[in-house]
Amino acid sequence: MSSADIYREIILDYYRNPRNYGKLPNPDVAQRDSNPLCGDELEMHLNIKDNKVVDVKFTGKGCAISQASASMLTELIMGKDFEDVKKLSKEDILENLGLHDLGPARIKCALLSLKVLKSGLYSYLSDKLKDTASADKIKEEASGLY
Amino acid sequence: MQASIINIESVRNDFPILRRKVHKDKALVYLDNAATTQKPIQVIDAISNYYLNYNSNIHRAVHELAEEATAAYESTRDKVARFINAKNREEIVFVRGTTEAINLVAYTWGRQNVGKDDIIVTTEYEHHSNIVPWQLLAKEKGAKLEYIGVDDNGELIVDQLDKYLETGRVKLVTFSQMSNVLGTITNSEEIIKRCKAKGVRVLVDGAQSVPHMKVDLQKLDCDFFAFSAHKMLGPTGVGVLWARKELLEGMVPFNGGGDMIREVHKYETSWNDLPYKFEAGTPNIADVIGFGAAIDYLERIGMDKIREHEIDLTRYALDKLSQIKGMKIYGPMDAAKRGGVISFNLGDIHPHDLATIIDEDGIAIRSGHHCAQVLMERLDVSATSRASFYIYNTKDEVDAFVKSLYRAKELFRI
Repeated sequence: MSSADIYREIILDYYRNPRNYGKLPNPDVAQRDSNPLCGDELEMHLNIKDNKVVDVKFTGKGCAISQASASMLTELIMGKDFEDVKKLSKEDILENLGLHDLGPARIKCALLSLKVLKSGLYSYLSDKLKDTASADKIKEEASGLY
Repeated sequence: MQASIINIESVRNDFPILRRKVHKDKALVYLDNAATTQKPIQVIDAISNYYLNYNSNIHRAVHELAEEATAAYESTRDKVARFINAKNREEIVFVRGTTEAINLVAYTWGRQNVGKDDIIVTTEYEHHSNIVPWQLLAKEKGAKLEYIGVDDNGELIVDQLDKYLETGRVKLVTFSQMSNVLGTITNSEEIIKRCKAKGVRVLVDGAQSVPHMKVDLQKLDCDFFAFSAHKMLGPTGVGVLWARKELLEGMVPFNGGGDMIREVHKYETSWNDLPYKFEAGTPNIADVIGFGAAIDYLERIGMDKIREHEIDLTRYALDKLSQIKGMKIYGPMDAAKRGGVISFNLGDIHPHDLATIIDEDGIAIRSGHHCAQVLMERLDVSATSRASFYIYNTKDEVDAFVKSLYRAKELFRI
């Protein structure tokens, strides 16, 4: 897709004025990752109560796509049922961003947020819920993103 | 086309790739030469000629093909020795690239000579390949790694070297002759002079300098020197380690195997002569031969002319770029103090976004940390965009690049 289609007003707005930017004091889930190729960094914090995401924040640095993607993902999962959050797919994220047909180099920027989220949920599922089967499934999903 | 120091039109004709279009119909403006350069037809032909006409292993067989291949492979060694003014051809060791050359020194000379509490000094503007091997060595030996800092002009603070040298514990000082991010040309002679006064060994990473300026090892007076063929019109997978003969003689082999031995018995082996002691296994014959053609090409143009052309182009680009509002250029603003490498950031456009946008106009630049995260920390940025020039680049291409940057500004509404 062309740059004019990628860098729409909404992407630039989320890049420059990220929603839910910051850290949580005692997060149930804290996950950090970076893209070694370009150095994009992302850290997500979640609080989960009664099977719902009750609070979520992120910090990071990187390109407009990676940062807008993270910010929009936090909005997408805020207040959502934990089960629904677990099911989020690559297509959901790209749909939410309005980005289709990103080249192989840039799709990683868009999906870093989902990768961080899924890796965080893996730790939560395996360490706190002791749900090994779900944890393994989500780990596999995270590593298969790109 | 403007009047130029070298005959660019004829040079460009030698590079078939420069005729291709990108993004359907956009002329390719290749400004990622610090990463790797394009290859002239002479280099491509030399490689395919080897495979087509005299493909054979070298050094051992006595048949005609082997003799031709050996002669071609070894003639590159002579060319390299002449090109960098090495005293002896056996001081030229072919490796895979600069990274392997530095690792070779770290794993052999380093392990033999660096001990607990010894100091290795590198700089804040090194490529990861001149940091990580020394971190590994320092960890293994309990040695320390220290850094010469970079000032706000993007130049090394050479005086910081003295406090390390005064400890009497420094075993090696290692630095790049030209920064791959800032383009800064290091005051190598001064650093080497101070090291020599204290009897300290010096490794120079010439990956960015050798392709772009005349390097004379007899004048430079360092102990180890490393560079890569693919950044100077040659193929990937070939590099050079030069080291003083007496050092190479004292060093244990890096890899064991065929070709590096004199005699092998069940429990004991004696080593082949230099440089073969460090070239175990069948080497990258075709690409070493191609590298020879690259050196011929550069010598035909002349390194002084190449340098002059790049200063001219860099000065032009620095002038155009600095007129763009919101432009931040890193490194010295004096084109004579830097190579044809310009790192910059434009407003709040992240380098990856910028590179994506201008790629649509056919402009190939690099974005990211350029394998220099220590320097990124020093500059307090996560990434930069980098344009880098070579013999085939023109002022028209700089204009196209600048025009594309204005389009990026528009897209980002700045």
